[in-house]
Amino acid sequence: MAAFSITVNGETKSVDVLPDTPLLWVLRDSLGLVGTKYGCGIAQCGSCTVHVNGNAVRSCSLPISAVGSNKITTIEGLSKNGDHPVQQAWQEVDVPQCGYCQAGQIMSAAALLSKTPAPTDEQISTAMNGNICRCGTYHRIKEAVVLASSKMK
Amino acid sequence: MMKTNRRGFIKLGLSAGGGLMLGFNWSSAVASIENFSAAATHVDFNSYLAISPEDVITIFSPNPELGQNIKTSFPMVVAEELDADWKKVKVVQAPLDTKKYDRQLTGGSGAVPHSWERLRKAGATARQMLMEAAAKRWSVSASTLTTNAGFVIHPDGRKLTYGELATEAGKLSVPADVKLKDRKDFKLIGTAVPNVDNHDMITGKPLFGLDFYREGMLHAMIQRPASFGMKLKSVDATAVKSMPGIVDVVTFKNNVAIVGKSTWEIMKARKALKVEYEKDGNIESTSDHDRLFKELLDKPDATVRRKDGDVEAAFKSAAQVIKREYQCPFLSHAPMEPMNFFAHVKADGVELIGPTQTPDRARNATATLLGISPDKITVDITRLGGGFGRRLQADYVVEAAELSSLIKAPVKVTWSREDDMMGGSYRPAVRYRFEAALDAKGNLIGYKLRGVGINAGNSTREDNFPSGAVDNLLIESVDHQSPITTGAWRAPITNFLAFAEQAFLDEVALAAKKDPVQFRLELLDRAKQTPIGAIRYDIDRMKSVINLAAEKSGWGKKKNLAQGFSVYFSHRSYVAQVAEVEMVKGNPVLRKIYAASDCGIVINKSGARQQVTGGIVDGLGHALYGQVTFKEGAAEQRNFNNYRLIRYKEVPEVEVHFVDNGIDPTGLGEPALPPTGGAVANALFKATGKRLYNQPFTLQEEMKGVKLEQKM
Repeated sequence: MAAFSITVNGETKSVDVLPDTPLLWVLRDSLGLVGTKYGCGIAQCGSCTVHVNGNAVRSCSLPISAVGSNKITTIEGLSKNGDHPVQQAWQEVDVPQCGYCQAGQIMSAAALLSKTPAPTDEQISTAMNGNICRCGTYHRIKEAVVLASSKMK
Repeated sequence: MMKTNRRGFIKLGLSAGGGLMLGFNWSSAVASIENFSAAATHVDFNSYLAISPEDVITIFSPNPELGQNIKTSFPMVVAEELDADWKKVKVVQAPLDTKKYDRQLTGGSGAVPHSWERLRKAGATARQMLMEAAAKRWSVSASTLTTNAGFVIHPDGRKLTYGELATEAGKLSVPADVKLKDRKDFKLIGTAVPNVDNHDMITGKPLFGLDFYREGMLHAMIQRPASFGMKLKSVDATAVKSMPGIVDVVTFKNNVAIVGKSTWEIMKARKALKVEYEKDGNIESTSDHDRLFKELLDKPDATVRRKDGDVEAAFKSAAQVIKREYQCPFLSHAPMEPMNFFAHVKADGVELIGPTQTPDRARNATATLLGISPDKITVDITRLGGGFGRRLQADYVVEAAELSSLIKAPVKVTWSREDDMMGGSYRPAVRYRFEAALDAKGNLIGYKLRGVGINAGNSTREDNFPSGAVDNLLIESVDHQSPITTGAWRAPITNFLAFAEQAFLDEVALAAKKDPVQFRLELLDRAKQTPIGAIRYDIDRMKSVINLAAEKSGWGKKKNLAQGFSVYFSHRSYVAQVAEVEMVKGNPVLRKIYAASDCGIVINKSGARQQVTGGIVDGLGHALYGQVTFKEGAAEQRNFNNYRLIRYKEVPEVEVHFVDNGIDPTGLGEPALPPTGGAVANALFKATGKRLYNQPFTLQEEMKGVKLEQKM
């Protein structure tokens, strides 16, 4: 076991875990931030997507020992009141079915729009292709990303 | 309808283990109970509805929510008849309560037809009681009063909120007969109401089974045999036990449970586990099944499911016979949330919390296992991160309970994705042989279907179309018993049978020199005029979705697009689909799928549209990519790196239409999936001249060198 200090959603958190513990399980088991989901554990489904310095990263494949001073943002910290333009758009379009993958989808979309506020269809599909939605809400995801983009203008 | 007093209501809430009123925000059990008491001034009108003097309308949703949107659509029905203000409605997932609810499960797209009347009556009864309470207060006849958006309104314009009337109304006797709204007066039903859990989902609140944590709870993962047909021989857990965070390693049945303090410590320690297995039955591979299917298709005897007329004579006299075979592989349900369950077996009772489609089955199986009465067991139903039928099984609940009873501690058992995909309960692999006899005029005079499956049970649906429309018909099935476990997978059997049948009928129509849509309509007209045997589908409703899909898609009128047609009746609803493929630089591009659905009254326009769209995406994805193959009893696809699910870039545009006929609603969780594979395969044939017989399409010989794209 080893002590780590990481910055999550603007707060410094100390945890004592195995150095190879994926950030996903630190968030869920140690910090109680369960919005970040486990889906595959091998960076194939995107359910565990968080932001590391604003970039979309699969937290299931990022060991805590590699986090260092990089700033982590999870779905819980994307906005204070759940009103980030992407979150608003997700509600307005009524995207979720089962909802399990949606935190990861939102984090991928938010990372895309922070760098590319007016993405092309091609840019959206490249950014969102790593996130599986087993229920098949992809059409609404597209609609919500476009809506969020218009909100950010 | 049962009416409980306030005290009973509180008791029911507490016996469910707390958290009932909190929408599963389990910070601690104690906090839950305190918060519950604070909310206990609710007046309980019936199993579905409570109203507080502060005017909070709480509607209980009994059935498990797995993405079929029932947690929104059920309460909408109650709120409609109550004439409530939807903005004041709070929806709460009810725990298992067989006294209050029956059929508290999610499966077979059956909840809406089962509960439609009950839900309406629940709302209407409370509305009537609130009106009577207001009538008493104003000393007028209740018949002079009206309601709107959560108010009872006096003819002179005075009004009282439901909350103001709740306590008085709750003391009145429950009316036996209540008048339900006329459909034209619906205000909420038929509108687009967003998912009640949206805000919690988009902000990452704990909603799902895997999100359940409790102080003192242990974590566990279970090593099960990798191969079906193998059993546990020996376990060496010495190395595991000394690893950090590991509390215990427990062996029961064929399971080796690694119990620890955190998920990762268990995942890591698990790699050091040494387990030996030995043969316990047939060890089967996909190559064995491929061979077996051919034998079973030619086997002289089979279970006859339906026989009309004289089939042999019809085929002998036929001008033309078409004979084709279709095969599908096993599929994993692969819900995004892997299997998991929390169990706490205590001396005085058992607490079960997690994602299940069948809480009652989970409870009964646990009671049987532990040899206790089911009423000693509570089941709290979390939101389910998908189910698709996998969570109809109780295996993953019972093993958690068994483990908790052995370690005498609260424990959450989590399956890794690999455990989930290797752990069985697959969509069965099936092969079909279809035969059609046409006379010289192209009339279908004979029809044969034999389905052979691996643990598929009856792999046919003998009373579905075209049964009833053909004079001479034989439907049979043969089942092979295998150690590889199977189970219901979204739209059981029909998820593949529909493709096979609709692709076959396309070929038969072509052989009869008839337009595929016209061919189906003629068969239906025949069934209407001279029905043969039992007909368990509604001919007019099936025709109406066919006509609507043809109309909306501009069937046969598009120059540069190849269209494929499909229609299927399943789970009491009717869906017709048209797929459109465009050839771009010699390669097919799947552009669009149109759907025309008849599920009767559409309760929630937003939820219903997405059920159909999602069903199409699911049907398409599995038809194109999905398969689990076996080598020596073990699944070869174990995670999303080689078990391919459809992704964002792989979906075409989808356009959804509903037939508006005012018929009482039926389910939509499954019926949109079955027709998709057929529509797509038929369109691909028209575009490329290549017929697809087996799934997944992308791995077939016919698709070699074909670059298929989809664009939304």
